[in-house]
Amino acid sequence: MSTPGSRCNDKVVKQNGDPGDHLSVFTNTQTPAGSAKARLMFAFKKDTDTRKAYLAGREYYSEEGTTFELRLVQKIKQQQSADPTSRPGYPSSLGVREFIRRATEVALGKSSRAVVEDRVLGVQTPGFTAAVRLGAELLRHWYAVRTVWCGPVYLSSPCDDSLAGIFQAAGIQDIPSAHYPTGAALSQNQWAQIANVIMRRRLFPFFLLPPQALCYGDLEQGVWPVRYCASQGMELLCAQSFSHCFGLYGEAVGHLLCVLKQKSLLFPMESQADRIVRLLWAQPSAGGACVVATVLGNPAHLVEWKEEVKRIVERCMLIREILRERLRLLGTPGCWDHLTQQGGLYCFTGLNGEQVDFLSKKRHVYLLPDGCLNVSAINSRNLDNIVESIHLALTTSD
Amino acid sequence: MSVFGDVPLAPPVAVFKLSADFREDGHPQKVNLGVGAYRTDDCQPWVLPVVKKVERLIVEDAGLNHEYLPILGLPEFRSASSKVALGDGSAAIKDGRVGGVQALGGTGALRIGAEFLRRWYNGVNNTATPVYVSAPTWENHNSVFADAGFKDIRPYHYWDAAKRGLDLAGLLDDLEKAPEHSVFVLHACAHNPTGTDPTREEWKQISEIMKRRSLFVFFDSAYQGFASGDLDKDAWAIRYFVSEGFELFIAQSFSKNFGLYNERVGYLTVVARDSENLSRTLSQMEKIVRTTWSNPPSQGARIVSKTLNCPELFAEWKSNVKTMADRVLLMRDQLKAKLQALGTPGTWDHITQQIGMFSFTGLNPKQVEYMIAEKHVYLMASGRINMCGLTTSNIDYIAQSIHDAVTKVPQCRS
Repeated sequence: MSTPGSRCNDKVVKQNGDPGDHLSVFTNTQTPAGSAKARLMFAFKKDTDTRKAYLAGREYYSEEGTTFELRLVQKIKQQQSADPTSRPGYPSSLGVREFIRRATEVALGKSSRAVVEDRVLGVQTPGFTAAVRLGAELLRHWYAVRTVWCGPVYLSSPCDDSLAGIFQAAGIQDIPSAHYPTGAALSQNQWAQIANVIMRRRLFPFFLLPPQALCYGDLEQGVWPVRYCASQGMELLCAQSFSHCFGLYGEAVGHLLCVLKQKSLLFPMESQADRIVRLLWAQPSAGGACVVATVLGNPAHLVEWKEEVKRIVERCMLIREILRERLRLLGTPGCWDHLTQQGGLYCFTGLNGEQVDFLSKKRHVYLLPDGCLNVSAINSRNLDNIVESIHLALTTSD
Repeated sequence: MSVFGDVPLAPPVAVFKLSADFREDGHPQKVNLGVGAYRTDDCQPWVLPVVKKVERLIVEDAGLNHEYLPILGLPEFRSASSKVALGDGSAAIKDGRVGGVQALGGTGALRIGAEFLRRWYNGVNNTATPVYVSAPTWENHNSVFADAGFKDIRPYHYWDAAKRGLDLAGLLDDLEKAPEHSVFVLHACAHNPTGTDPTREEWKQISEIMKRRSLFVFFDSAYQGFASGDLDKDAWAIRYFVSEGFELFIAQSFSKNFGLYNERVGYLTVVARDSENLSRTLSQMEKIVRTTWSNPPSQGARIVSKTLNCPELFAEWKSNVKTMADRVLLMRDQLKAKLQALGTPGTWDHITQQIGMFSFTGLNPKQVEYMIAEKHVYLMASGRINMCGLTTSNIDYIAQSIHDAVTKVPQCRS
């Protein structure tokens, strides 16, 4: 690519004075390949069809088609904003202490030996990605430091396309992918087997807790393997997201947990985490974490939260049922039981790439490239169109 | 055997260690002149009235969208931030060659800028490009650029301890001798820690050399409005460089001038030669953000953007900022007056000549030790004090303590 900037340079240079160099200092900056997600969103925005439906979002949408705030969260925010004593100035770089305590409890449980023995490092981070990045930086700088370790880091396949990028940004280049059953949850027995292999081969587990607790109604979704490994005396990292559970999408509430073998390591590790944080974002933002800490620390709030979430979970299940039933009635080829066998926000339809393409280009219904869709984005206004579209995708021969 | 068994304890951050020691101290007259945050005359953190008002508006706004923010940040916040730095009538903004990235505080903005420069400036992944930071500077500057991958971080002359002012000759000399395309981190106003800024004439001289030698301008702007009480005055240097045709970065922090320390509101303004270069640059910055925090937090950005975009709220904010700046100016005047009245040896003009939150008192490390140990007045070993730590209740005690330190502890510097 030749220097594209130079052609447009002239008029700007004359307007504003010439720094003595005709090329932009950014001339060598390449245009990155856009992510598939970004291209999808772009296409959706340009789409003028009135019936267009975007089923690839990450947030939970209400029946009205908007993201919304849990009533409980709104109440707590109002309380906190009216509180004259809140505003401590710069928070600790490691985050709000109460939040860290609760987040750690969610992952490891109240009576975890590791917690009791004070060998767990917890750091509040601005979101889930940031938690993974911090974990990657800790590994890059401090994992088996005497061996000058720099990988490999195995990621499951498939996984979020940005995951490899996060580890690379931290300076780890060796990132092979490992096999992992798609979408299926492993049984406890299977997890125990995996843990044993990890222990025997001295591998290091980095858990990414699925940020979808909102649609499972269960904050402790996916924590069993983490607790099992901790109970076996293993060291591990675990990245958590709370943005989803509480509908606090914009607030970036994440957490990184590190379970250590000895209490004596806590202080050094904390100081190194602190150092890394100071050079990335200095401190995490306080707001969302305070809300989460308030809810998690109060049994009455927890009950109220569970109630609200139950309604969300039920709605998602209902949509899945309706989807399955409507497809069955239309005689859409294939078996659709898998729609209701899974739970959560995302539904894996089983549609292939061509069919997904058909849906977006011909029917203005946008799914994720792998055929997953966000069930909450389906409502009474777009249900008919969506069902019919899926039917057509599978019955129209090309 | 732990895989983290050989991890050493990281050195403590001096300013936070100071605060920790201060907290442990039981002396009734103890004063903390260390941390860089605003305090009222009652020594309390101050929630700006306009911020309280806007927070309530936000909480009560039923129509608010709660989605993830775009990776580059809240659109209204982004445009407002560039405008506040470059001015309403900015030709560069009109030309469509100004953009930016919402970041986690000023630190986040610096980091994204540094990461971008390391990857795409002066070649591709050129970690050898020298990065110059002032001597002294905010202690994090060095490490942020180092962690972003730069291998060659150098000081440029800035503070002249003997004359207690700017070492202009040294600075200009460093600019002349720096390898072409070196990156220079400049403090837009209210230099941290010295409180000493170049005059407009001196900025012009700096600009002339930087332009001639193709040096990259990276402004750190954490105190706009806070220094003189006037947003436009404090942004003069930035706007001058932009009008001179520079492509540059500005790492802005809204922590101090909005008092939003814990909401992490920052912005990296990018001024490029044209919109085409701008958009390629932003697209790469987006990639960098994607692997750092992915989506920035919304709360602080909403507060700032609502305030900046509404004329009445904007006016109220400017007046809140002036309140803070005026209190600092008052304390400066009073401290100098009291030291002069006490007949404290030396000249104290620098206290009122310096600007912003910090003052480089000129106390040497031994005198600083004395201040802490004997007087329970906590300040940085460099002699830096946070003017916001002074109040009408403690200023006499502080002036007396400085007087005692200067008269009882030798002046000789190591």
